[in-house]
Amino acid sequence: MTPLPPALTAWFATKGWDLHPHQRDMLARAQASATLLIAPTGGGKTLAGFLPTLAELGPNPPPGLHTLYISPLKALTADIRRNLTTPIEGAGLRIRVEDRTGDTTYTQRRKQRADPPHILLTTPESLALLLSYEDAPRIFRGLQRVIIDEIHALAESKRGDQLVLQIARLQTLNPGLRRVGLSATVENPATLARFLAPDTGILQADPGPDPDIAMLDTDDAPPWSGGGGRYAIPAILNEVTRHRTTLIFHNTRAQAELFFHDLWLANTDSLPIGIHHGSLSREQRDRVEQAMTHGALRAVVCTGSLDLGLDWGDVDLVIQVGAPKNVKRLVQRIGRANHRYNAPSKALLVPANRFEVVECQAALDAVRAHRLDGEPRGPGPRDVLCQHILATACAGPFAADQLYGEVTSAGPYASLTRAEFDACLDFVATGGYALRAYDRWQRLKETAGRWHLRDPRAAALIRQNLGTILDTDTLKVRLKNQFGGTPLGEVEEDFAATLTPGDTFLIGGQIVRYEGLRELTVEVSRAPGRDPKVAVFNGSKFATSTLLADRILEIFQQDSWPDLPAHTAEWLGLQREVSRLPDPQSLLLESFPHDGREHLVVYGFAGRNAQQTLGLLLTKQMEDQGLAPLGFVATDYATLIWGLDPVTDPTPLFDPETLRQGLDTWLAGNAVMKRSFRATAIIAGLIERSNQGRRKTGRQATFSSDILYDTIRKYDPDHLLLQITREEALRGLIDFSRIEALLARVGQNITLIRRPRVTPLAAPLFFEPGRIPVQGQGRDRLASDAAQKLMAAAGLA
Amino acid sequence: MHHRLEFHGQTLHLMPSGALYWPSRRLLAVSDLHLGKSERLARRGGALLPPYETQATLEKLDRDLEATDPATVICLGDSFDDLTAAEGVWETNALWLTRLMAGRDWIWITGNHDPGPLELGGAHRGEVELTPLTFRHIAEPSEAAEISGHYHPKARLAGQTRPCFLVDDARMILPAYGVYTGGLLTDHAALSGLMKSGALAVLTGPRALAIPMPR
Repeated sequence: MTPLPPALTAWFATKGWDLHPHQRDMLARAQASATLLIAPTGGGKTLAGFLPTLAELGPNPPPGLHTLYISPLKALTADIRRNLTTPIEGAGLRIRVEDRTGDTTYTQRRKQRADPPHILLTTPESLALLLSYEDAPRIFRGLQRVIIDEIHALAESKRGDQLVLQIARLQTLNPGLRRVGLSATVENPATLARFLAPDTGILQADPGPDPDIAMLDTDDAPPWSGGGGRYAIPAILNEVTRHRTTLIFHNTRAQAELFFHDLWLANTDSLPIGIHHGSLSREQRDRVEQAMTHGALRAVVCTGSLDLGLDWGDVDLVIQVGAPKNVKRLVQRIGRANHRYNAPSKALLVPANRFEVVECQAALDAVRAHRLDGEPRGPGPRDVLCQHILATACAGPFAADQLYGEVTSAGPYASLTRAEFDACLDFVATGGYALRAYDRWQRLKETAGRWHLRDPRAAALIRQNLGTILDTDTLKVRLKNQFGGTPLGEVEEDFAATLTPGDTFLIGGQIVRYEGLRELTVEVSRAPGRDPKVAVFNGSKFATSTLLADRILEIFQQDSWPDLPAHTAEWLGLQREVSRLPDPQSLLLESFPHDGREHLVVYGFAGRNAQQTLGLLLTKQMEDQGLAPLGFVATDYATLIWGLDPVTDPTPLFDPETLRQGLDTWLAGNAVMKRSFRATAIIAGLIERSNQGRRKTGRQATFSSDILYDTIRKYDPDHLLLQITREEALRGLIDFSRIEALLARVGQNITLIRRPRVTPLAAPLFFEPGRIPVQGQGRDRLASDAAQKLMAAAGLA
Repeated sequence: MHHRLEFHGQTLHLMPSGALYWPSRRLLAVSDLHLGKSERLARRGGALLPPYETQATLEKLDRDLEATDPATVICLGDSFDDLTAAEGVWETNALWLTRLMAGRDWIWITGNHDPGPLELGGAHRGEVELTPLTFRHIAEPSEAAEISGHYHPKARLAGQTRPCFLVDDARMILPAYGVYTGGLLTDHAALSGLMKSGALAVLTGPRALAIPMPR
């Protein structure tokens, strides 16, 4: 084992720092080919990862890249650079540490390519870009170690799949490369270890004491529906005053914005409170991050952009607003509080509505019982592989055999067959269509056994489209003035399209007035004191995990609910009186008329995505039966369907065979599939991202990916992208596996309860956003009615 | 089901497919087919889109020809995505196009995407006058009885967006007939400036639906 440089040991001593046992263990294992360190937040996990690097580089290292550090968050790389620079400079080591992300300037990036630092901190997306350059072998020459921080988070998404493909590439360039993964507590360490490398050693640090966690007590009961938790603002402000620094987590950006605005209205003591989320401009985020580091803020309202390992000042309380949806994520967030090893973290849960009260209680129980949820991911998705092949071709010619060997050395792709690989290569090269149309215009060509770009100029476009994160199209928001204006952040394009001059919305905690659209920038002016129209940012919609859903159903079965607040206990009691409460052994349906429409509620508790799929499948069958369904809305717990006629016999609707058939035929034309297709088509390189500052403006140039989807389905139903779309949708947005699990669990136990009016449990569903119209006869009838009315009103009919 | 209307004393059928039929002349007009679009994009080094749009568009045209059996067909410009695309389409679909054109007067009007004569049968014109109507690719603001294309108009109704015809007492603008074509919403300045108040939008789709032009 290489010892730490004496100057560094001495510096640690002057600071009174003593290495934790797992940090020493990491030094001892420095030569292992792959190590996964599992440690709680605050355990000096990141430093543990870097210690062997500091030891090997020593006080006076030769030039060249030694260690590559990859984190899922841009903000994290900046944070780590600060934290690493302090001991390096303190000990007088001549080690260069730099970060490289989408925010790094062009000049700086050029410099890094020509003369790489000893330690480069980056994200999977920036690494993909670096590896796609022709000089990648030179940049990465001599690389010894790669450290993947928050690997548990990366492993849950395509970003992780892409990353391990890239690491396989790096391993080819540097066969001696050693891999280190740093992870928070996970339910299955062995799976994560295999994701990192086939022969990974696992190092478990002491998990530390249990957190101090409870539901926040408020004077007002939470509202019936909606998110945001604004009712709890007085109680939350009270907690903020009683703690040094509080992080207030929200599940979506829009909710964070609304909450922040209202929090300030109530913040009569003018406590310094900031906001941080991914839609804010970089300048805004930087300001908050710096203020946080200097301990200048008493609280930060934030979203998932702060989920991961940022080590900021003295956070001593975490407040989670809205149901956590997932116990693992909750535990992560709780870990933000008290970054001192072996001190319990303190956290409060604030349910945003009545349903969430029950979910928060279920989550508390799970945390106390040390139960984590985790749903295994399938094999590595092939759209990511298609992109990887394209990116590899940008870097230079490759041999298919060699690349196949490299790809299958990556954990998620270990079981990829040669035929599957060849299909991906064929798609990238020729489009992979049954009609061999592009013989002359192939994207990749094979010359003397090596694949290369037909037109090398295409590399620039391919690089622009690298990455697996798909943001909804967004537009920049700026304050209007003659000098270009201060950037405030971004809003979704769909949202911007609904604005007319004079409308007001919230961004960065201020109310602004929409003035107009100029060159794809939303121009606004300040409009204090007006009531804002809500900004609909793309909030990530996580489905409630199976573990939490099951625990909620168990809570429903209690005779009384002494642990729940009185308002929620009364609500559940009323539902039991008027109808009944859902239970784990059966599937409860309710049917009632309301507002001139017939309604059906399906309490499947299968998570938002599966409940949505259920909505699509059931309305399809109702359409076939002539019940003229008009639309539905899905939550994590239930699906509400409305239409012109009531459902009287539900059993045939839930026949597993029929549902599965419906899935196959209907898989076809619906919006969820089209959305999946769009994501897959962008990742695989069939269509370009539109938010790259080179958005096409010509009207004839743009047409929706839906048209492509319909065309491939009609003429090439076995096409690779349709196969991928189907797989993706089944395990992600469609989540049919949870419907099957539900049906298997309840069997024939399907109960339909008919009531004369809305039931207590169903009432909140009527306020849910995200209603999905059913395009059927009912809708056609309404469309011609609408057309007739318009004509009549205009005196034309 | 088509939408029927009177335009300068002529009865016209606005078909749900986006084609226009003029029964008294047995004339079918379609606009902006953009055949060969995916090939043009591929040639320029871009993505390899599903190469089926020419087939899909021709199938649609085939059905309309079968249903109306016109004596004359006018393609109102931008029939091909560019002149090279015209050659490519001709090579692979020569027989099909020949069959469609056989026994009819077929007029290709020049568009901005396909300027200049095509190596295909039929007549090639900048514009065509068939009293009382004039057919051309891009509307001329001073014209009094004109049928044109070019703008790919589309409109929203009851939560759906569909390509549409626009018509007032001076002109009619046809929707894009090609499968890989985007559109311009009718409230865009280019369209709301061109069409008089009181104009109608006739939406394509399962059936043709007329509404006051959304502005």
